[in-house]
Amino acid sequence: MRIAASAIIITLLGLTGCQREKRDIRPSPADLAIYGDAAKESTLRPGGPVTPQPVVNNPYNASSYDISEGQRLFNWYNCSGCHANGGGGIGPPLIKKEWTYGGEPANIFDTIVKGRPNGMPSWGGRIPAYQIWQIVAYVRSMNGEQPTSATPTRADTIQTNPQNLVNRVSGQTK
Amino acid sequence: MKRAAVPAFALSVLYGCAWHQQSALNPGGPQAAKIDTLWWSFFWLLGVIFIIVMTVLLLTLTGRRANMEREALEVTHKASPQTESQTRRIVTGATIITILILFVLIVASVGTGKAIADLGFKKNPLTIQVTGNQWWWEIQYINGDASQTLVTANEMHIPVGRPVQILGQSQDVIHSFWVPNLHGKRDLIPSRTTNEWIEADQPGAYRGQCAEFCGLQHAHMALWVIAEPEDRFDAWMRAQLQPAASPSTQETIRGQQVFLNNACVFCHQIRGTTAGGQNAPDLTHFGSRRGIAANTVPNTKGNLAGWIVDPQSMKPGNHMATIAVNSTDLQPLVDYLESLK
Repeated sequence: MRIAASAIIITLLGLTGCQREKRDIRPSPADLAIYGDAAKESTLRPGGPVTPQPVVNNPYNASSYDISEGQRLFNWYNCSGCHANGGGGIGPPLIKKEWTYGGEPANIFDTIVKGRPNGMPSWGGRIPAYQIWQIVAYVRSMNGEQPTSATPTRADTIQTNPQNLVNRVSGQTK
Repeated sequence: MKRAAVPAFALSVLYGCAWHQQSALNPGGPQAAKIDTLWWSFFWLLGVIFIIVMTVLLLTLTGRRANMEREALEVTHKASPQTESQTRRIVTGATIITILILFVLIVASVGTGKAIADLGFKKNPLTIQVTGNQWWWEIQYINGDASQTLVTANEMHIPVGRPVQILGQSQDVIHSFWVPNLHGKRDLIPSRTTNEWIEADQPGAYRGQCAEFCGLQHAHMALWVIAEPEDRFDAWMRAQLQPAASPSTQETIRGQQVFLNNACVFCHQIRGTTAGGQNAPDLTHFGSRRGIAANTVPNTKGNLAGWIVDPQSMKPGNHMATIAVNSTDLQPLVDYLESLK
């Protein structure tokens, strides 16, 4: 009886790790597309919002592995050259509340693919779509918009998800 | 007869290992020769001790001790003072001998370490910086003259008879540089530089391997050290310092365009072109190297095509991006990369 109970508990404990460490190391050909149709601009328009568009979720949301891959790519592809480690420099900071071009995953994806005026280059046609989504997952984690179970408790550089930020957005992670 | 076959086979396998290109028992230089001597002296000394201990153990288990009073032991469970003092003498003697032998081994080991250390810091050394990456080796020939500084990957050429200083660094996690035929292991630790001196006294190709678990593809992180005579080394160095060969055929010209217009350039460098990425192996003279993917597979056109199209099947978890290459672009790309001799 006791053995059976502990076996069940151990299995359940093991299962809690599944989502966090799911590694999609071999992206499907569809994810290699240069432009996903997921790219969406912000609904913010002069004269009021246009009709709301369907929400596009990041396929790598809440995945610890993909967030860390995004962090690696953030440096490899020299995002940190302008955005530092999220604190901003030549480019705007990425640890913030108000996003010029929208802070939803699809908006950030679109910003990376198309580039933005005054400096942000267009990376579409260069970085494969699945890697852009990984970078999006990492950028969102800077603002605590990833579950704490998937993000490191201590950052390598700037502490990008301080506890108060996590509390502020808890319950609205996407 | 059959019984004898098993140890004989095991020995022949071991013998095969000893002469392989990746074995500490086949020293290719003075450092490894000292380690080899130490290894064999340990082997013979400890082998003899092992046989003695096992023989005594067997005798004790099977033989009758004539001078021990079995009767008294079995009845009172107490040894007589005579037996007691005899046993004490044996145990004391064995302990002293053990301590002495261990002391001799320590002296031999420390002495070898010191002798190896004294082999370093010679005149006219070649300095090579080895940087461990997940999961490949960056090889940089340090030279005061910047135009003579060479960056390559996963394959190191050294001149025979000239001391080589290895400066070990790491880009991500702890790796360990280990070419058994030349020297012992040296850890590569992030944000600090470690130091090791190697020297080859005979030409040959020696295989090295990461010796510190460093993640998913730790097992596929190999490098070749090619020791060759000074004149051949100089010729190799001159060739490697040149920028990449310009594509000459229609296919390779197209292949270069494919390379430069894809994500390849974010991570790979080809000197002489606009590709200047620093995150992955330098491909300037890729076609001259023995293996691809840190010597996971031999450098052939077929393997290269497979590696580019689906790197995750050959080496799951590696950091090479999976990019969508058009089928018509693949052959020119492979032809171009293999033309970079």
